[in-house]
Amino acid sequence: MSYMKEFTKGLIKENPNLVMLLGMCPTLAVTTMAENGLGMGLATTFVLVCSNLVISLLKKVIPDTVRLPCFIVIIAGFVTFVSIMLDTFLPDLSEALGVFLSLITVNCIILGRAEMFACKNKVIPSILDGLGMGLGFTCSLIVVGAVRELLGTGKIFGMNVAPDFIEPMTIFILPAGGFFTLGCVIAVLGVITRKKPKKIDCAGCPARESCSKPEKAEGV
Amino acid sequence: MELVKNLMVILFTGILTENFILNKFYGICPFLGVSKTTNGAVGMGLAVTAVMVGASAVTYPIYHYVLLPLNIEYLKTICFILIIAAFVQTVEMILKKYVPPLYKSLGVYLPLITTNCAVLGVTILNIDNEFGFIESVANALSGGIGFLLVMVIFSGVRERISRCDVPKALEGTPITLIAASLTSLSFVGFSGIVDGIFGG
Repeated sequence: MSYMKEFTKGLIKENPNLVMLLGMCPTLAVTTMAENGLGMGLATTFVLVCSNLVISLLKKVIPDTVRLPCFIVIIAGFVTFVSIMLDTFLPDLSEALGVFLSLITVNCIILGRAEMFACKNKVIPSILDGLGMGLGFTCSLIVVGAVRELLGTGKIFGMNVAPDFIEPMTIFILPAGGFFTLGCVIAVLGVITRKKPKKIDCAGCPARESCSKPEKAEGV
Repeated sequence: MELVKNLMVILFTGILTENFILNKFYGICPFLGVSKTTNGAVGMGLAVTAVMVGASAVTYPIYHYVLLPLNIEYLKTICFILIIAAFVQTVEMILKKYVPPLYKSLGVYLPLITTNCAVLGVTILNIDNEFGFIESVANALSGGIGFLLVMVIFSGVRERISRCDVPKALEGTPITLIAASLTSLSFVGFSGIVDGIFGG
């Protein structure tokens, strides 16, 4: 049963994207269409599962002091593999994701899970954790992508759903719409789960030990 | 003159019309994390600018004189991220040894930079856009200055927000993102300025 928990916690309760606020860059950049969100989410999930698997296998071999560079190299290896595969088999998607495909390497979700989970746990929980977190990330990308695509172009997954007389609001596929939609999705999730939306925190940030948190601005 | 004009176009584009944070979404994590106070924003912005310029200057020769001749350009992601990690580490050690005051003020932000996607992003963009050496460095510089500018502007916005009464559902991150959306919208006003100045 505890295996099940490792898998499901990433979906909503500890959603890496909407609750833990990791990996925001791709969330904003590729979600002009739900389809791109799906592609990006699955590519990230693949890298996350593979890197969790390898890192949990190698956790005894990797010296503690150089673990971050080792993790990054392992992750970058899988990212290279994924980007070559997508280039060959899905060139359209690869073009739409652009630089952000390579930037999966520095997605804090992957490094965060390696640091917080995979290097302390056994292989099977690590794989399930990676799968859950990856799918949670994919879901949030699809939700943000679908909202932006529907409001910005009147389509979902490329299919026309809005009646013709409604003028699409182009602002939603512009960068400003991305920030706005993501803010609203996080707020809605916060209301649904009836938890106070978390302040931005540093859990999972590899440098959190050396980081001094800036004080909140003083009120007048 | 052609080169100078090119460089100016790259500078203006990177800083205003295609800002790294607000238009290309590089470096959102430090943007949301470190922009709470203006001091932190300036420190982070300067550190990122320095590392971006340095990393672009180092990755250019490595890509063109090592990876390309050996036909292993598909290894660029692995190679670049290692260079960036090593570069950040070196900068940290040099600052610690020779400029302790600067190290003290920037030190906490340096380790965060390795995983800042603006740095890896700019090195890969330089390759994708087929920039030459000087153009690559200019591109990194303009991206860095744009990053610094938005960090500073946004830290001001956030200090104002922290004194406001925000609806409960929007407290914390949501209101920050919505403020970022409005800031981004204001930068849309710059679109066309580059064509306007330099005649396309």
